[in-house]
Amino acid sequence: MIGNLIPVYERPHALTETVTHYCPGCTHGLIHKLVAETLDEMGVTEQTIGVASVGCSVFSYNYFNCDFASAAHGRAPAMATGIKRVHPDRIVFTYQGDGDLAAIGTGEIIHTAARNENITVIFVNNGIYGMTGGQMAPTTLPGMKTTSSPAGRDVKLTGAPIRMSEMLATLDGPAFIARRSVHNPANVNRTRKAIRAAFEAQRQGLGFSIVEILSSCPVNWGKTPVDALKFIEDGMLPYYPLGDFKVSEAMKALLRA
Amino acid sequence: MARELWKGNEAIAEAAVRAGLEAYFGYPITPQTELLEYLAVRMPALGRAFLQAESELAAINMVYGAAVAGARTMTSSSSPGVSLMQEALSYIAATEVPMVLVDMMRGGPGLGNLAPTQADYFQLVKGGGHGDYRPIVLAPDSVQEAVDLTYVSFDLAERYRNIVIIAADGNIGQMMEPVEMPPLRERPPVGSVDRGWELTGAVGRPRRIAHSLNLSPEEMARVNASLQNKAAAIAAHEVRYSERFAEDADLLVVAFGSAARIAQTAVRQAREEGLNVGLFRPISLFPFPTDRLAHLATRAQRLLVVELNAGQMLEDVRLAAGAYAPIDFFGRMGGVLPMPDEIYDAIRSAYPHVGGNGNGKGKRSLPAGMRPLTGSWSERMSLN
Repeated sequence: MIGNLIPVYERPHALTETVTHYCPGCTHGLIHKLVAETLDEMGVTEQTIGVASVGCSVFSYNYFNCDFASAAHGRAPAMATGIKRVHPDRIVFTYQGDGDLAAIGTGEIIHTAARNENITVIFVNNGIYGMTGGQMAPTTLPGMKTTSSPAGRDVKLTGAPIRMSEMLATLDGPAFIARRSVHNPANVNRTRKAIRAAFEAQRQGLGFSIVEILSSCPVNWGKTPVDALKFIEDGMLPYYPLGDFKVSEAMKALLRA
Repeated sequence: MARELWKGNEAIAEAAVRAGLEAYFGYPITPQTELLEYLAVRMPALGRAFLQAESELAAINMVYGAAVAGARTMTSSSSPGVSLMQEALSYIAATEVPMVLVDMMRGGPGLGNLAPTQADYFQLVKGGGHGDYRPIVLAPDSVQEAVDLTYVSFDLAERYRNIVIIAADGNIGQMMEPVEMPPLRERPPVGSVDRGWELTGAVGRPRRIAHSLNLSPEEMARVNASLQNKAAAIAAHEVRYSERFAEDADLLVVAFGSAARIAQTAVRQAREEGLNVGLFRPISLFPFPTDRLAHLATRAQRLLVVELNAGQMLEDVRLAAGAYAPIDFFGRMGGVLPMPDEIYDAIRSAYPHVGGNGNGKGKRSLPAGMRPLTGSWSERMSLN
């Protein structure tokens, strides 16, 4: 009978059969799957070179079934630039967290976007340093308690959280800048579409694309996985609104088609 | 091919192009900037990758990307910029991908100045980033040699999957000299020849990972052992040096790069006056020509190390030859270039028949800028 069954769901070819190191309830794994399914759907997994960053996603090179480089902390966009300039016909993407992209790597992401480098950036924003055990990030919400802001983030001392997508959207170059979330199935589907659009932008040579994805960190937020998803909706969405912040004219035409 | 007049920075750039440079990333800094400017014209004209980065930090990480992607790639800078690059150099060394770095050293520490020095010997030769690794470091003393070393540097980098550094200074970068350029190499397109490690997209082969993270101490130890074995192989096969009157020298001057170029004039003058003086010039600073120098030191009565710093290569000379002969040091810091006369005076003072080594007639008086190796730290600091 088994021969008559129709598979309705399979592990994406672009994901390796490796158990991830992510904590229970973390949405990194889900975002990995969305990226992998996109590469498979586009039929570009073998043509893709990924660049991992430093932080929780440092091991992402073990999970994607394509060529992968591991960059120094914050430098993934520069490294991806070097790869793309050598192999302009390949799909090149970085996978970075908010500590990597919005703190130590701010210079690299801004200039890579300003050059309209034809790469795709998957930017996972959970508002905290996860890998090192829950320190304050530039994206940590005001008042939020972390191990390095034990009394809660004081914006008078440390400034207000950086909205990277809005900031990058002030640049003329980029093709596609969007923020999405994965706190419920409807938003997971919207995230999937945005990731597809970002990679399509690159495939069509339209230039820089980035999808910022609000993600949960139950362990370092001190919440259950379910409560952590709820915190994305109640805590993060008011500060980090979802939407498309930059869609170039060429990208608009692509999305219509 | 005819000899033409070339400025050092531009000559090195052209030599890299002819060696098959496929991707260059850089950032302006004096006294290296002409190298970047030259390639800004030359590389696009050949359809090759050129990009001015937003910082040396970004430039070296772009090089890292191009290197893991399999390209012949290079960056160039000067001392403060090379300091910024050290993090990525450590990653590149650990990942074992080939690349070339040109450092036109200038005065330091700090923002320093634009004048030529050799004050970054430690940083370049000993592996300035974190962890145990050894770049191949080549120090030219002329524009022609800078061209020749740049031309072979890419082959060396690929043979050993290692960093190669051209360690020059503002003298070499800025001066013009007659040069015979090597031929333009025809090379297959990037990625068309697979060497088994580059990231080109996993078409028809298993995926590859270029990384430097090894959480298991045993695995990290294995990687380190492999790097050390490679350094040993480099030390066995890639030693380069040059000698003038060294075989029978009673006093052997040891200097590299620009310092050797100036010292050569002083050595020649001393020879003309009948002094048995020779010059030993390490060209590869790593691997250091330890064995050859030790051999010469067993014949010479005294060594005189001349550097444009406070005594950095001096330590390697001591390790190689300190057991065989007394060693003096003459240094100029901060970008002040010694005149040949000053080095000549240092030679006269150190010369065994003139100085205190052979005849024991009184205390030797050292010229300004020169000190015996036995000098204490506080004495060294009184150098002008």
